[in-house]
Amino acid sequence: MTFHLEPRTVTPRWLSPLVTVGAVAVALVISGGIIGLVGGDPVRSYAHILEASFGSVGVLSDTLVKATPLILTGLACALAFRMRLWNIGAEGQFLLGAWGASAVVLFPLVPAGTPGIVLIPLMMIAGMLAGGIWGLIPGVLRARLGVNEIIVTLMLNYIALAWIQFWVFGPWSEGGFQQTHPFPPEAALPRLADFASIVPGFAGLTVHLGLVFGLVAAGLLWLFLERSRFGYEIRLIGDSPRAATYAGIDIKRRLIIVFAISGALAGLAGMSEVNGAVHRLQDHISPGYGFTAVIVAYLAKFRPGRVVVAAILFGALILAGREIQPSGVPAMIQGIILFTLIVSDVLVRYQVRVTRGGRGPTVPATPAASPSAGSAGGG
Amino acid sequence: MTEQTPLPFLAPAASLALEVRGIAKAFPGVLANDNVDFDLRHGEVHALLGENGAGKSTLMNVIAGLYRPDAGEILVDGASVAFGSPRDAITAGIGMVHQHFTLVPSQTVTENVLLGLDQPRFLLRERRSEAEVAALAASFGLRVDPRAKIWQLSVGEQQRVEILKMLYRGAQILIMDEPTAVLAPQEADELFATLRTMTAAGRSVVFISHKLGEVLAIADRVTVMRRGKVTASGLPTAGATKAELARLMVGRTVLDVYPREPFAPGPIVLALDGVSAFNDRGLPALRGVSLDVRAGEIVGIAAVAGNGQSELAEVITGLRPCAGRISVGGNPVANRPASDILGHGVAHVPEDRTAVGSAPNLSLTDNLIMKRYREAPVANGLFVDDDAARSFAGALRDTYRIAAPTVDTQARLLSGGNLQRAILAREMDTEPGLLVAVQPTRGLDVGAIESVHRLLLDLRARGGAILLISEELEEILGLSDRVDVIYEGRVVATMPVEEAEIGRIGLLMTGGADTDRDDAWAGKGETGPTALAEPAAPATPGSRDR
Repeated sequence: MTFHLEPRTVTPRWLSPLVTVGAVAVALVISGGIIGLVGGDPVRSYAHILEASFGSVGVLSDTLVKATPLILTGLACALAFRMRLWNIGAEGQFLLGAWGASAVVLFPLVPAGTPGIVLIPLMMIAGMLAGGIWGLIPGVLRARLGVNEIIVTLMLNYIALAWIQFWVFGPWSEGGFQQTHPFPPEAALPRLADFASIVPGFAGLTVHLGLVFGLVAAGLLWLFLERSRFGYEIRLIGDSPRAATYAGIDIKRRLIIVFAISGALAGLAGMSEVNGAVHRLQDHISPGYGFTAVIVAYLAKFRPGRVVVAAILFGALILAGREIQPSGVPAMIQGIILFTLIVSDVLVRYQVRVTRGGRGPTVPATPAASPSAGSAGGG
Repeated sequence: MTEQTPLPFLAPAASLALEVRGIAKAFPGVLANDNVDFDLRHGEVHALLGENGAGKSTLMNVIAGLYRPDAGEILVDGASVAFGSPRDAITAGIGMVHQHFTLVPSQTVTENVLLGLDQPRFLLRERRSEAEVAALAASFGLRVDPRAKIWQLSVGEQQRVEILKMLYRGAQILIMDEPTAVLAPQEADELFATLRTMTAAGRSVVFISHKLGEVLAIADRVTVMRRGKVTASGLPTAGATKAELARLMVGRTVLDVYPREPFAPGPIVLALDGVSAFNDRGLPALRGVSLDVRAGEIVGIAAVAGNGQSELAEVITGLRPCAGRISVGGNPVANRPASDILGHGVAHVPEDRTAVGSAPNLSLTDNLIMKRYREAPVANGLFVDDDAARSFAGALRDTYRIAAPTVDTQARLLSGGNLQRAILAREMDTEPGLLVAVQPTRGLDVGAIESVHRLLLDLRARGGAILLISEELEEILGLSDRVDVIYEGRVVATMPVEEAEIGRIGLLMTGGADTDRDDAWAGKGETGPTALAEPAAPATPGSRDR
């Protein structure tokens, strides 16, 4: 028996999501094997992860809190990746977004006691602006000077981290600790728990308005990518820059715009995290959301709707990381998922054909109805 | 792996370099090779003729070890062989030069020739290898600089490097997959000379083609394929006629002459005045080109590849900066963004239909709306109306008979002819005032070529101006009302088609006798951008360097 890989001439719509789910399943099996190998009980470990991330309304809410920044940063990456712009800098744009939002209340740029209805939008704008500018840097460098965006975005992450550290250790430090003063209560994004007086079941639920930002952003991005003229241009540029130029599209301008929007989305993630979950700026506000976002975007095949699903999965893994020991397990699972995902792409592009022995002519299952329609024949 | 053929009395094994029997190869939905036999004698050029999709490339890919046959047997020098990879094939002395080259652009000719070889083991002794490569090239009459980087080379030169690669590996059997599809006539002649040198030295050549004339010119024998089957096996070319081969190939008689409307030129649509531009290598490609095209007129540009005609098309369509004046319908368009020029009704059938003319992984719909997504009905404000786009694409598919299962089919899955039809459909549908068509029929089969030609003549009849850039002289002479000959970036002659005679144009295209192109590029270091800012005096018919 021999296996042949043949390029698919027709790719059914259901295939890509199915292969993705399959890849995640295979990753879980491999991870389970490794857990077993080091003496753990994979079934109990997975049960525990499930329990710890989806087991009750309370932990589900915590999972969604972890998923919120991943949705927004994942969208940021998905948008850029669609155009084959490898923005690995969502982490830095996230941090800058958090810093920009913090600046509004910490400099402060607005008088104390500004009501939330004014303050929160201002902080959103500031966060998106800061993240967007951080995204603009690699965008402009790439468009004007042809500098590789992977390196620039990666390096800017470390600059962003140092920038945050400077502010939290220095000017904004709360009594020498590596954190700032807490934000005024008006700056806090409303949580479900805030409505416990109306709906008693909401008591203790930490899900905040940032999740809505994420969902709305996903919807808008879907509209933008799949239905707008700009989205068409991005698809065209992503597939064939030369064809896009030929179609009269100014790639450099699109590139800068996409980078700015991507940065702004990641910046909004940072704002949502400090305003919704942390309520102050501090060192280590991100456990690497911006990097996990790369995997999330890949898992979602750069599609906004699927980014939300993938982000929740990874939010669960991050949350479970606190619960299960050794805590390296979720990180391992993340890595293996990325690995199986990338490998599984082969199954979307090719089909596996099994032949026995390799003797005797193989008659095609479906004879060519119209030979001119097929392209596999070669000439 | 090797086993002596059991029937020595049947097979004159010594005289056959290669023999294949009963090869079958199926792809999903297509039986590309159906019980195909083929043989190749020592020291002969054996042409494999057939339309696109006839199964020629598939057969040769099987022989070159790229595909494994579903059935059949391959014998090299009478011994049965089974190839697991192209490496096995090359070890057996079979080398294939594909239509799409497999060269590393950033490396030199020599490095590409050495790539993948076991020798030299560790240290590259570049000078020595370069000398070897140069000597080998010279012995077969292949003109190529062993130190040049691949990206600096013309397509014809790159092909020579591919041939060199195979010769360096000791290929006794060279398979050329439509080698002339990318070549100018003169380059093709050079290639033929090389092939003859090879066969004189006892090597054998399989020459895949769908051009009748060149098959008769170069091959000793010809095997014709049609829809996966052999329709004529090992026919000596000595007694064969074009008409006979064409019938075997397409199964019907082919029209060569098109009925056309009388020439009724309208106002000037495209005018170039002293246009100069650089090529990708930063060398002058156009040196003061002046020409015009009128409404209802096809102006053919005859030029050997690499003489500036590709750059000419790019300059007119806004894809390449230039010096000088260009106007379309009276509007100055030189150095305007491509989108502006589109807005002036300029359509463009680009030279490279897979990388420039289409986005391979996007759907047929996405490819067809490329020039229309900005305006209603496809555009709906800032959005693309999906339904409108699909029905627009469906209508084009039907009108232009693009064979695609659905409008969602990815462009890369279309055959060459259908992709080209799709591109023409897109460009023609805008009812362009000016169409710049570059190599519109390159690599297409006879039937597809005919339909492309008809589309061009239809546009002309509707009053469109067409600048036709082609390396097929017969195409130029068959379609054009006027012919401009370009040599080294200058228009060296312009004449009505009635006065155009193939021999004279061939001479003009090559700059007369034994002009060495490399000499003409000498002094490239001094030619800075400023030199181009002042356009050279417009070339007058017949004016030349020397």
